[in-house]
Amino acid sequence: MDYSKLLSENVQSLKPSGIRKFFDILDEMDDVVSLTVGQPDFVTPWHIREAGIESLEKGKTYYTSNSGLMELREEIAKYLERRFGLRYDPAHEIISTIGGSEAIDLAIRALVDPGDEVIVTSPCFVCYEPDVVMAGGVPVTLNTREEDNFKLTPEALKAVITPRTKLLVLPFPNNPTGAIMTREELEGIAAVLRDTNIAVLSDEIYAELTYGRKHVSIASIDGMRERTVVVNGFSKAYAMTGWRMGYLAAPRELCEQMLKLHQFQIMCSPTVGQYAAIEALRNGDDDIDYMKGEYNRRRVRIVKGLREMGLECFEPEGAFYVFPNIGGFGMTSDEFCERLLYDKHVAIVPGNAFGECGEGFARISYAYSVDHINVALEKMAEFIESIK
Amino acid sequence: MKKLLRLLEENSRLSVEELALLCEKDKGDIAEMIKQYEKDGTILGYTALVDWDKTDLEYVSALIELKVVPQRDRGFDKVAEKISNYPEVKSVYLMSGGFDLALIIEGKTMKEVAFFVARKLAALEDVTSTATHFVLRKFKDKGVVFGQVPKDERGHGM
Repeated sequence: MDYSKLLSENVQSLKPSGIRKFFDILDEMDDVVSLTVGQPDFVTPWHIREAGIESLEKGKTYYTSNSGLMELREEIAKYLERRFGLRYDPAHEIISTIGGSEAIDLAIRALVDPGDEVIVTSPCFVCYEPDVVMAGGVPVTLNTREEDNFKLTPEALKAVITPRTKLLVLPFPNNPTGAIMTREELEGIAAVLRDTNIAVLSDEIYAELTYGRKHVSIASIDGMRERTVVVNGFSKAYAMTGWRMGYLAAPRELCEQMLKLHQFQIMCSPTVGQYAAIEALRNGDDDIDYMKGEYNRRRVRIVKGLREMGLECFEPEGAFYVFPNIGGFGMTSDEFCERLLYDKHVAIVPGNAFGECGEGFARISYAYSVDHINVALEKMAEFIESIK
Repeated sequence: MKKLLRLLEENSRLSVEELALLCEKDKGDIAEMIKQYEKDGTILGYTALVDWDKTDLEYVSALIELKVVPQRDRGFDKVAEKISNYPEVKSVYLMSGGFDLALIIEGKTMKEVAFFVARKLAALEDVTSTATHFVLRKFKDKGVVFGQVPKDERGHGM
């Protein structure tokens, strides 16, 4: 067999996620103190798990409607209004998906024709560009900068818009930098987009994890709702990664098209997860507050620790990552992280795994206990001392 | 402030800095509040939660039900205070229901605890009956589930 001729050229052109390579090394080693994981260390709160169990006990093991249980969509609509002031019609404007990931893919495939340009704000989560490529689109990387606190600026956005621009991917609060966009900053972005025919994919999966100020959705800004697909989910807010439950909210015209893709590809999100999600939305606000408080405590600890060892570290205001500058040691991000791993058995992710502009940085996750973080910081400090 | 007390009850080793962050209050205010709580007896102490089964020390605990004769004017206070003096007695609660006082007693062996109940408690003048229930295994105590420290089995995600 000549597999290279057999397999789709498009798929073959995809590079495997840069993080994977690093994780493969890590998996071979014992006793690694890891700060790499991109998911909460909490277990899904018991009342939410119980709701899932109860649905199984009651035999709710069927498919639901394609866009998800009406009860769930109604709760999502209430939640979006309660927490972010967004209003969506549960009957036509909300789809329950397999994690945020499916919602991202649906939005991109529903909007992008071959040759269309998609502006991807970078550094970012690794799936947007491959999704765009698979849809035949052309990803246009828009690098954010440390001096702008890794925020998207109107000037930078304006500079990359062309007549072929179809979509802007706006991932804030941001993985890997922890940057957020305030209302004023989003107003600036909205001003650039307002009279265009460009859509926005607003990945708000970390919306509940902001520290010091509340998350603002671009869909809540004048003229933006009509062009925005809001992607959110249960993974980060309720520690439900393994349930694979996400959703999107968008104007009816967009939802109708995305629902077709979802229908043919997925049918519906898991019913057990839908019931658990209903419980999360109804009675989970306190859980969010508790976990957010814990993350904040770790965030402050880790930023302080990194600064004390002499690393420049911009103040992350969202998600559960810090993104220190490790450029001052004459090493690439890969070299730095590999040496840290081999010398001190501490694992952090090279920043370039999230886009070229992440070179010179590293992503450190604080979805770990404070004790775990303290051990890692101590070893990192020794490492920094040894390479100064 | 309820939240501060809750946090300390859960983990009394949290620093003032961390508590201030979690309560969204000033560090100085938190320090002052703790001092006040200690002074007025709202916070009575800071302890560690030990799983004695993990050690090679002999350890047994029991719940004791006591029925007592209430005293004129002072009700159950006098006998409860008297029983509280024994260092073997870790907790004393006045209960509603079928008996009056519940005690938690710790000792090295079942025999030691049983003898303590028979010789000291049952012998008290106001105590009319005792029932001893030994703890066979602790599954959860003070909000903490006992057992193995869970392994981090999370996949990397992205």
